[in-house]
Amino acid sequence: MLESPVTAPGRGTFTRGIHPFEGKELAADAPIEVLPTPKQLLLPVLQHIGAPAKPPPKLDKDAVAGKEIAGPGGFVSAPVHASVTGKVGKIVRVTLPNGRHVDAVAITPDPEQPTPDELYAAVLGGDWPATDLPEHEPGAIADAVKRAGIVGMGGAAFPTHVKLASNPAKPVDVVLVNGCECEPYLTADYRVMLEAPRGIVAGALLAARAAGAKAVVVAVETNKPRAIEALRTAARGTIATVKELETKYPMGGEKQTVPAALGRTIPTGGLPLDVGVVVINVGTALAIARAVLREQPVTHRVVTVTGHGVHAPKNLLVPIGAPYADLVAAAGGLRKDAVRVVSGGPMMGFAVADLSVPVTKGTSGITVLTRSDLAVAEQTACVRCGRCVDVCPLGLVPTKLALAARKSIWDVARRYHITACMECGCCAYTCPASIPLVQLIRMGKARLPRG
Amino acid sequence: MTDTTAPKAEAAPALEVAPSPHAFDLDLTTRGMMRDVLLALLPPMAMAIYTFGWLAVLVVTVTTASCLAAEELFERLRGSPAKLGDLSAVVTGVILGLTLPATCPWWVAMIAGFVAIGIGKTVFGSLGQNVFNPAMVGRAFVMISFSKFLGAPAYQVADAAGILSQATPLTVARDANAVMPELWPMFLGTVNGSLGETSALACLLGGLYLCARRTASWEIPFGVITAVVLFAGLTQLVVTPTAIAAVPALRLTVFEHLTGGALVFGAFYIATDPVTSPITGRGKLYFGLGVGAFVWLIRTFSGYPEGVMFAVLLMNALVPLINRGTVPVPVGGPTPALAKK
Repeated sequence: MLESPVTAPGRGTFTRGIHPFEGKELAADAPIEVLPTPKQLLLPVLQHIGAPAKPPPKLDKDAVAGKEIAGPGGFVSAPVHASVTGKVGKIVRVTLPNGRHVDAVAITPDPEQPTPDELYAAVLGGDWPATDLPEHEPGAIADAVKRAGIVGMGGAAFPTHVKLASNPAKPVDVVLVNGCECEPYLTADYRVMLEAPRGIVAGALLAARAAGAKAVVVAVETNKPRAIEALRTAARGTIATVKELETKYPMGGEKQTVPAALGRTIPTGGLPLDVGVVVINVGTALAIARAVLREQPVTHRVVTVTGHGVHAPKNLLVPIGAPYADLVAAAGGLRKDAVRVVSGGPMMGFAVADLSVPVTKGTSGITVLTRSDLAVAEQTACVRCGRCVDVCPLGLVPTKLALAARKSIWDVARRYHITACMECGCCAYTCPASIPLVQLIRMGKARLPRG
Repeated sequence: MTDTTAPKAEAAPALEVAPSPHAFDLDLTTRGMMRDVLLALLPPMAMAIYTFGWLAVLVVTVTTASCLAAEELFERLRGSPAKLGDLSAVVTGVILGLTLPATCPWWVAMIAGFVAIGIGKTVFGSLGQNVFNPAMVGRAFVMISFSKFLGAPAYQVADAAGILSQATPLTVARDANAVMPELWPMFLGTVNGSLGETSALACLLGGLYLCARRTASWEIPFGVITAVVLFAGLTQLVVTPTAIAAVPALRLTVFEHLTGGALVFGAFYIATDPVTSPITGRGKLYFGLGVGAFVWLIRTFSGYPEGVMFAVLLMNALVPLINRGTVPVPVGGPTPALAKK
């Protein structure tokens, strides 16, 4: 058996954080199902962090599944591929859950589509050679990742090839595969870990080769024993190891996962790259394997549709560009007491008002919450109880930051390190006075004068 | 967005939007924290009734009613809706009542409650804005204005039977020739003193509950008690009969300091008021140590036998400074822009 040259000496946890209601049981045991082909898809040209993709001046009339319809708009950018075969319609303007207005290419799928089984086999199924991987040049892997339009599928959607590009100034020695999925309710990553563990390991090994890393560590929270077992089996005989981390929110945040798994602290304002680590989500790892081994771009992803506000929570394999309404319908539709539809999980997700919004590469889940989930007490004055300080995983003083933001006292905001906040929501979750701490801090960060 | 082709599921409910997070700990509320404090005050309250009888009920009822009335009145004067439901005025009233002597006239207790809320809290901008502990502001006001009813002699009623006929332990300590009470009665609370403070045991019970619930931060009582143990312990080691002749309170042992007065009550119920104490754990520890040090200083060298009230008020004034000096460094170090400076 191969010995990994880098062990995972992290203590398996981080300081502070919270233990919210998990809600994973709603969808954890629902095997991934294939979404029936929607009547229309909308493919936004900006689904990632960076420059929007650029559609050609004249669009082809016909879209072919897997064929590029908009090329990258720069180095930190990613192309967009048709997710189904069909007729290309007009370019329309869509509002994404995060509030950005972007162009999207409309595609009307042809009646003839691959069967659900064929689709499942193409994206998730079949064998993934985790051992005896064919030799690939590091540059060729990064190039394949770039051409496939792979971006972080955990939610942040940062173009993956940028992380893998070799950078002599900041050498990488570990690829950390993030399987924490610490957001309550979401189970998409969990299902992928159960149903395609060898694909994840293969993708991670390829990423490690591209980045020049000598070790691969897959980090999973202890509340997913079956996933840990599946990944351990898949990783046998490779340089990849599985590291169990405490079940705690926000374990999946890079600033928590990296120290918990590897014992390395990411400097404030820095990236995992600063401590020699590339972090990729399990879904991203699978996409890398698919891009390199099957030469297929990102056309589909797994999305959890869950919460007490839908009738039948599910994990769905969906084409990029499918409207949320189709996913919600596939999960049995909204219940009468549903009041909030969240893109992502409840801690950091965005509430959407319009279910015609399309799934993007970074859509990890749709969480539908009911009135009783959100029965928050009336806001009162801050009594400085300090519970926000007790839970902030970054060691900040949220109440001071929120007060400084509310009153525009920028020297206090800076002195208390407002820009270090990652908006994980632990403080607002905990606040007995129901103060919208994250909202205030976010506003403060946006309004903070430069310099 | 353009047309949607999605099938409408049922009669589509109206969807609302809001910024993240969309999950909350629904069990944590300001009112709940105040309820915790009231629960924790039950043991000292019970001990006060056991020791002082109906006098205890009378005083605490008057201060609580007075605090509630003052909250209602002053909030109306400010033109903001009164928030009696948050129970914060009840907490102030009960704590204030338990720091007064059983013999306190009802009208003095009433004035104390009014000042506590009016001057101690509302003038600063109500809940969360006050600099000084409201109950201690109210108590300090009546203590200075009506010292006849609240000074050390007021605690001892010559013609009364039982506990009220004794001098309080800390007053006894000031007479180098007087004999200190036994330790056990001081710990259990069958000695004279302010209503809620006499039983260190009852205060410890309620106080530990508060810390376990994290409604009170353990750093503060830990700091207070540590400082007193440190100062009193060192004194016990080096003190000489000559020194005691000059400053009789120097003879107080560590245990007498801990159980003879309001120290445990003050450490767990008064100093832990979150509004008037620092925000970070380190700040809270410094604050507690400061309160403890002042308690020992005042008890030993000032004209007052007890020092908890003034120690807390003094340290309240230093809280902004402590906060300024204990800004935590984020995980990962200071933000780069700050690190350069």
